[in-house]
Amino acid sequence: MRISGKGMVDRSKPVTFRFDGVPYGGFAGDTVASALLANGVTLMGRSFKYHRPRGVLSAGSEEPNALITVGTGAQQEPNVRATQVEIHDGLSARSQNAWPTLDFDVMAVNDLAAPFLGAGFYYKTFMWPRRFWESIYEPVIRKAAGLGALSGQSNGDTYEKAFGFCDLLVIGAGPAGLMAALTAAQGGADVILADEDSLMGGRLNADSAGVAEQAGSDWAASIVAQLAAMENVRLMPRTTVTGVYDGGTFGALERVNQHHGARSGGAALECFWRITARRSVLAAGAIERPVAFRNNDRPGIMTAGAVRAYVNRWGVAPGKRVAVFCNNDDAHQTARDLEAVGLHVVAVIDSRADAVVEDFDGQVFAGAQVCNAGGRKALESITLRTAGGREETLQVDCLAMSGGWNPTVNLTCHLNGRPAWREDIHAFVPTEGAVPGMAAAGACAGVFSTAGCLADGVKAGKAALQALGRKPVDVDLPAAEDAPYRIAPLWAVAGGGRAWLDFQNDVTVKDVSQAAVENFKSVEHMKRYTTQGMATDQGKNSNVAALAVLADATGRGIPETGTTTFRPPYVPVAIAALGAGSQGHGFAPERWTTSHFRSVEMGAPMIEAGLWYRPSYFPRAGEQTWRESCDREVGYVRNSVGVCDVSTLGKIDIQGPDAAKLLDFVYTNMFSTLKVGRVRYGLMLREDGHVMDDGTCARLGAQHYLMTTTTAAAGAVMRHLEFVTQCLRPDWQVTFTSVTEQWAQFAIAGPQARVLVNEVLDVPIDGESWPFMACGAVTLGGIGGRLFRISFSGEHAYELAVPARFGAALFDELAKRSQALGGGPYGMEALNVLRIEKGFITHAEIEGRTTAFDVGMGRMISAKKDCIGKTMAARPGLVDVNRPQMVGLKPVDAQAKLTAGAHLFDAGVETIRENYQGHVSSVGYSPDLGRMIGLGFVRRGPERMGEVIHLVDRMRGVETEVEICGTVFLDPEGERVRG
Amino acid sequence: MRIECPICGERDRREFYYQGAAVMLARPGDAATEAEWQSYLHLRENPAGRTDELWQHEAGCRAWVVVTRDTTTHVIATVRLATDVAQTREATG
Amino acid sequence: MRFSGLRVLREGLTGNKGWTPHWRDPEPKAEYDAIIIGGGGHGLSTAYYLAKNHGMTNIAVLEKGYLGGGNVGRNTTIVRANYGLEGNSQFYSHSLKLWEGLEQDLNYNAMMSQRGVLMLCHSDGQRDAFARRGNMMAAQGDDAELLNVDQVRHLLPYLDFDNTRFPIYGGLLHRRGGTARHDAVAWGYARGADQRGVDLIQQCEVTGIDIEQGVVMGVQTTRGPIRARKVGMVVAGRSSQVAAMAGMRLPVESHVLQAFVTEGIKPVIDHVISFGMGHFYISQSDKGGLVFGGDLDFYASYAARGNIPMMEHVMEAGMTLMPMIGKAKVLRSWGGIMDMTPDGSPIIDKTQTEGLFLNCGWCYGGFKAVPASGDAFAHLIATGEPHEAAAAYRLDRFRSGYGLMDEEATGSQHNLH
Repeated sequence: MRISGKGMVDRSKPVTFRFDGVPYGGFAGDTVASALLANGVTLMGRSFKYHRPRGVLSAGSEEPNALITVGTGAQQEPNVRATQVEIHDGLSARSQNAWPTLDFDVMAVNDLAAPFLGAGFYYKTFMWPRRFWESIYEPVIRKAAGLGALSGQSNGDTYEKAFGFCDLLVIGAGPAGLMAALTAAQGGADVILADEDSLMGGRLNADSAGVAEQAGSDWAASIVAQLAAMENVRLMPRTTVTGVYDGGTFGALERVNQHHGARSGGAALECFWRITARRSVLAAGAIERPVAFRNNDRPGIMTAGAVRAYVNRWGVAPGKRVAVFCNNDDAHQTARDLEAVGLHVVAVIDSRADAVVEDFDGQVFAGAQVCNAGGRKALESITLRTAGGREETLQVDCLAMSGGWNPTVNLTCHLNGRPAWREDIHAFVPTEGAVPGMAAAGACAGVFSTAGCLADGVKAGKAALQALGRKPVDVDLPAAEDAPYRIAPLWAVAGGGRAWLDFQNDVTVKDVSQAAVENFKSVEHMKRYTTQGMATDQGKNSNVAALAVLADATGRGIPETGTTTFRPPYVPVAIAALGAGSQGHGFAPERWTTSHFRSVEMGAPMIEAGLWYRPSYFPRAGEQTWRESCDREVGYVRNSVGVCDVSTLGKIDIQGPDAAKLLDFVYTNMFSTLKVGRVRYGLMLREDGHVMDDGTCARLGAQHYLMTTTTAAAGAVMRHLEFVTQCLRPDWQVTFTSVTEQWAQFAIAGPQARVLVNEVLDVPIDGESWPFMACGAVTLGGIGGRLFRISFSGEHAYELAVPARFGAALFDELAKRSQALGGGPYGMEALNVLRIEKGFITHAEIEGRTTAFDVGMGRMISAKKDCIGKTMAARPGLVDVNRPQMVGLKPVDAQAKLTAGAHLFDAGVETIRENYQGHVSSVGYSPDLGRMIGLGFVRRGPERMGEVIHLVDRMRGVETEVEICGTVFLDPEGERVRG
Repeated sequence: MRIECPICGERDRREFYYQGAAVMLARPGDAATEAEWQSYLHLRENPAGRTDELWQHEAGCRAWVVVTRDTTTHVIATVRLATDVAQTREATG
Repeated sequence: MRFSGLRVLREGLTGNKGWTPHWRDPEPKAEYDAIIIGGGGHGLSTAYYLAKNHGMTNIAVLEKGYLGGGNVGRNTTIVRANYGLEGNSQFYSHSLKLWEGLEQDLNYNAMMSQRGVLMLCHSDGQRDAFARRGNMMAAQGDDAELLNVDQVRHLLPYLDFDNTRFPIYGGLLHRRGGTARHDAVAWGYARGADQRGVDLIQQCEVTGIDIEQGVVMGVQTTRGPIRARKVGMVVAGRSSQVAAMAGMRLPVESHVLQAFVTEGIKPVIDHVISFGMGHFYISQSDKGGLVFGGDLDFYASYAARGNIPMMEHVMEAGMTLMPMIGKAKVLRSWGGIMDMTPDGSPIIDKTQTEGLFLNCGWCYGGFKAVPASGDAFAHLIATGEPHEAAAAYRLDRFRSGYGLMDEEATGSQHNLH
């Protein structure tokens, strides 16, 4: 029911929305909860376990009951709080966790079975017979559990992330937050003021108390306007600060576009902010706590502050006959506010015997307690027990309850701080210094009067200015109510029946008591055993009461019982927001070589190689399988000439007087002895003695080297060199930089390689000027390039490098000309076959656990010098002959298939783990040999040449005999490469 | 987490690579024993409290830095260039 | 008291008044035959198997906080035996077998759910590595199937197969793997140990280890000295500090690993899935929350909480792999303290002190190891000889280089895992 002339909704803007298919009217400024209440709808959800009918408990983000699903299709979003969803035309909201309807929910039968479904019952049963868990019990439980449902469709909405920076972050825009922000902003600080509500002002919008002789909400609006006009202030409404992290960093979720009907205009639905602030003020307010009594979860029972909010902010009467049940003076205001708008207040029931309800003429029961509630889907009556012990039933359709207020200390505990108990307000307050640079102000610090909050805000603002090294400012403190907060603790009303603590998870006082009986006395044990506080409200409404009940059950005090840990996020945050930008291809950067587009144009499937893309093969018309293309490309290199983009290999330009020293130190072999104009293969170890990487290194000048790394290890090697030079050898005169992206580099391999090279070089080369492993500068059409006579295929081969901007043109030229010579470009598949045929290793062999000894390069560790990894590589376990060592493998049956990842066993033994001899690391089909060949690792492998062993790949159903052989399958003398 | 790079100023943790205990600066020399190597590469004080560790400003100036940090609170006390620390170490033996 | 459906029924009908404590709260005695330092999953299972398999019932578990308060209560509940290296392979295989009979053995429903663990691969090389791993699992006698992309698509149609940065090439399916209710595992072992006479002593912090002439004599605690000739240290997250009391420095650096759970939603993910390119793994709890995690935050920490960058990275991995989870909302995050060893594999061994035993270095794989770790550690403490399934977990492997178990193949020095 709407109260005429009351509230802050915009009555000039009517809005229509649907809930469970039924159209309802509301106004701009309404939430789903306020609009439904205005329409007389109180049943909004069902609880998790017992499927109890539920209405709203609160008016904010802590709402445990009124969870709904909004949107349809891929836009469907489950578990949103009706108290926060702003209505707009076309909004479609549905109830959840009920079947077939919210009104008639079959699963409500659980409520009748409650005696058997108490705390932890599932740990004690469902164990027999064993296989029934997966086949029967668990599927039934899973189906019954859960709240709302995902659509099952891929997210189609836009979410984004942003960084924010400020001097001062103020969290919460109630009286304390507004004054803190204003004070700091007037002192010149850069301020971000974030508030999770759509309307800033906090309780000033929900309460009737005035500020500076005007309505509190009007005063708040004027301050917000003043802040909005300041250049050094960023106002962030609809923004929940979700977490506090180290070094003054915060996570915050902004609801950017969700409150609009249409998702047009390119604005993201939500934005996840990472805010860095030098100081912060927490002004997050307080959350009112319910009182546990029998059936205190009936729709129509809500917190007293929520009732005031619905009346004052939304102009909605939550009921026609309202009672107030409390243990503190603050709730009395609810009765006064209700009366002020002409609603019937049936009674105020205050548990304190000495309670006096000022400015209220209605019925007051001092020293009384509500002990039961009647009605199932809607509250119909309450039963109270008077001070004299008499029971009395009142007909009411709404009960405003208050067990006092809990300061919202959550964020002050995200860095492991523990809150402190304050006996005078019976609540936890933040511990000072729990978050470096953060001050709590206002209600979240236990200051409950409006005047107190305003003053506390100014104080926090001034303190922030001082800490920021700014001059203090004078701020006028507006006048406001300053009523004392009087309270006597009341957590649970004694008596039979079930009294709810955690509404959503259906945890009752009995559950907590039973947990204590079963010796789950630690608050963490109780939480985990009963699921208390693990619902979507994270215990905001219930944790303090639950631990008070536990304290009582275990004979301890509340502070001694302690709290559970507060952890981010403060409110649930969509994965799509936290992971914004990564969906599809955004997860990692994409690196493209200069030949990328031409390769794609040629139909080459591009495969991921680290962050790079490389061509797998270049298919030709008529080829049915990748193997046909691969065989053809291998043939290019073996018989004419092939061209391959090798730009993805890491290239590090190293210069300086101590460049040679550095290389001698990071490679196992010597580089100081390398002649200028020559290239050498180098092996690099980690300090743990295992192979880190390999590659060639060219000496371009006396103090100038160019190192190449594998594609995969380029980043790690660069970092390693920086570690060595900055941390281990800071006195060495050597500098280096990555030039991977500055040079496009192409392998040109095959008997016709020199012919092709000479076609593009300005000055032709010959065997004498460019022998095997020579390198130097060349020019191509007047452009400076570099030529290296190195080979990864065993053929006469070169790598030709040009500045990257000429890469695409050079690739085109080489592709065209190689084709004219009977060759062409080749991809990764052919490259792999070519190198296996020659026994060259890649990261399939040096996969992180391999030593130089394992790959037959033990002697490459120079005895004449120290190098990284040398000492550790000499550990006995790393040079033991029983280690699997690299060998070649060829199938006894020429038709047999080999697979990488297959295991190797001695012939005739059982193929069990105890008999494991090694594995196959790489395989390929060698067109030259007409069979598959492989590289693998076998215990004592080098001693076992010619031995036939058993290859088993159970994963692919392959089993065959292979002969151990040398790793070089073609041209063992290496004549071709020198030719 | 924010780290004050001595060269670039305060930057987000995501710009930095973490390597571990700063004992890795003290690489054993030629005459080192097996125990010294074991100590260098494997054994760690691993304190619950203040510790010196090596980080690299990888997505920035690429300087290696020695960060003195509390492992229970993550509060950073000092950040020094690893080169400076290493040279001082060498100078003082 | 024996738990059963009948007992739940009977108690329900009689007002649930007959339930009794799951374990006692005994005062510490002056002397025990053996002391286990640490009342986490591994400590409790050690005590249980000492009592059950070796008849050692005059023993105590000393816990400085509450039982099961460490990593056993803050993990992603995954149980699997899909390791590729000898040493790990037999150990986790043994552990999985113990998991399979756990509820009946403990008379406690730990909700072990063998829903299948699927590891996705995203390149030919990764597929070969998975084949190699699967072959080890099969050789060990465990189950493994290498799926191609069509089989994965059939099993998990909601993954992004068509527009993603790292396309799915296939996966390694381990059907006997799954999840278990983590807290219940700790409580079940605790109750089982207690019923066999083990004293579980909470709020009892060990402050010193008494050693005389190389022999352990007992411990000092916040509740007074306690004598014992056998002491087992099994205190993940504080291994270095406790070992330091015995003059040891361990090959361990402690890191934080974050994990996350969403609000409850109706069942959408029926398996445990891990993403080979992003250190992302996910399952859905019986309660409906998506439980997921990723990589270490990558800095030493005892704070049991993480930071934003890795949190975002985990979410990003989830969104690129399965964008249908976008509107599930993260409810809670937490961090566990991971004792990382150089090679990423654990240590169960004697120490140089007679009677003092060490169980540590579980990195981020400790939960699934709880049964076998306890079994093996109990065996070592009771007999002085390593359990055959855990014989590879030697402390001296880093010194000797023998038997390094670098399962991830990233190196065997600190912070590469």
